[in-house]
Amino acid sequence: MTTKTAKISVQGVTKIFALGRETFTALDNVSLDIADHEFVTVVGPSGCGKSTLMNILAGLETPTAGRALVDGSPVLGPGPERGVIFQQYALFPWLTVRQNVEFGLRTSGVPKGERRRRAEHFIEQVGLERFADALPKTLSGGMRQRCAIARAYAVDPSILLMDEPFGALDALTRVKLQEQLLHTWSQNKRTVLFITHDVDEAVFLATRVIVMAARPGRIYDVIEVDPAIERNEEFRLSSEFAALRKRVWHSVYHQEGRTAFQSASHSSTA
Amino acid sequence: MTAPERQSAGRRKLPLILNAVSVLLGIAIWWVLATAGFKLPTPLEVVSRAGTLIGNGTLGEDAVASLTRVLIGFALGTAAAIPVGFLMGWYSVLRGLIEPWIQFFRTIPPLAIIPLAVVVMGIDETPKIFVIFLAAFLACVISTFQGVVNVDRTLINAARVLGAKDVTIFARVVVPASTPFILVGMRVGLGSAWATLVAAELIAAQQGLGYRMQNAQLYYDLPTIFVGLISIGILGLLMDRVLLLAERKLTGWQERR
Ligand SMILES: Nc1ncnc2c1ncn2[C@@H]1O[C@H](COP(=O)(O)OP(=O)(O)O)[C@@H](O)[C@H]1O
Ligand SMILES: [Mg+2]
Repeated sequence: MTTKTAKISVQGVTKIFALGRETFTALDNVSLDIADHEFVTVVGPSGCGKSTLMNILAGLETPTAGRALVDGSPVLGPGPERGVIFQQYALFPWLTVRQNVEFGLRTSGVPKGERRRRAEHFIEQVGLERFADALPKTLSGGMRQRCAIARAYAVDPSILLMDEPFGALDALTRVKLQEQLLHTWSQNKRTVLFITHDVDEAVFLATRVIVMAARPGRIYDVIEVDPAIERNEEFRLSSEFAALRKRVWHSVYHQEGRTAFQSASHSSTA
Repeated sequence: MTAPERQSAGRRKLPLILNAVSVLLGIAIWWVLATAGFKLPTPLEVVSRAGTLIGNGTLGEDAVASLTRVLIGFALGTAAAIPVGFLMGWYSVLRGLIEPWIQFFRTIPPLAIIPLAVVVMGIDETPKIFVIFLAAFLACVISTFQGVVNVDRTLINAARVLGAKDVTIFARVVVPASTPFILVGMRVGLGSAWATLVAAELIAAQQGLGYRMQNAQLYYDLPTIFVGLISIGILGLLMDRVLLLAERKLTGWQERR
């Protein structure tokens, strides 16, 4: 074991997709350690491999080279210690909110009474108790994502992998859900890897912001945020936040020049 | 919020009224044509013949004979099509092996199989049911297969990260997600089975709606032919409505209906 504190360890991960005869390097030699209880956000332009990185950690994709470790053991597939939340909510449309939340408990063989009790608890936590027996089609986007969050929490994962979970929501709902997410996180500090394309969101939530670059997908910059800061409206409007935001913004939107240079040097060494 | 509600209730009623008007108009035109000397029985003659055929039990027996054939053939066809469609959608090897046969038989109208079926299986119920089976099977297997192939990858991934293994994913994600496709396939299959039935009875039968019309043809008995046609239409429509109802019930979770 290289780092004994790392909850998640990504070691030299490369992912190459075959597109007909061409190949596409979605991730190029990405390494990243995340400690227990960290809240890491990943931000970067579309196509820089954020989802690919998350899918590898979720066990839905396998790296072409390198490896991903969780709690020191290689990721071989999905596992109950890793909860995943997708941008498209991915609720089962034929199941009610309650049945969706119970899904993971059923697959792990939790008995009926216990299942029901636990589902109830998490449905309440996300404020959907009035809609427990509603079908997803009757819910708004924000409510659907809250249901997806309750479903992930219900199996009690120690890691949450979230792929642009609030990306499709309006700004108000998004801020509300960010605060709810931080609130639950502060009560039960899971390790979170949160992907977003929104700089504000990345800065507000994170204890560490990872900026990625595309072609090939790689880590471009890392910005630490003092974990002691209380994440509230005051922080959101502070000059400290503005400075961090500016820093991350530059990293995300002004990587062009160096990107070209770096990928050139990459291909010459490869 | 009563205005839009009333409006939508009105919008639902209007097509029904139009439908009724259209049917009545059709019957009126038929009547006019029949009395104007076209070789047609009048609606009245058809109704009175229907009364006779119902009274002496012929129509009931024929309808039961036809329905029994179609339901057995359709049930067998669907029962075979759903697992085969699932296997094709789930295992690409099986798909590669089965698909050419299905595509080939799909291009042959089931009626063209009748001569072969009669020679191989005789002239009793077996060839008729077989041809109906084939018609229902081919219609349903394709759409079941399409349904499985079209299952949203994200839903399968969501199930996997919640700890579901292949069997669970199949039973709790793939089956419900493809139900809408299967039900559409069943409706197409039933229509196809019904169409095939009548033709199968035209060839070799002692009972059934198709047989009755064939028999009436020998005696230029137009009213009986009309009764047969209308019965076939009404029974087909009723069966389709039953499946439509089942579809609404089972796939009500779908968005935008
Ligand atoms: N299954 C796949 N096959 C081929 N290319 C893929 C596949 N998945 C992702 N890619 C490509 O890899 C790149 C990174 O994708 P992704 O990880 O989804 O980026 P992001 O989430 O940062 O927008 C994209 O250019 C995408 O087209
Ligand atoms: Mg993505």
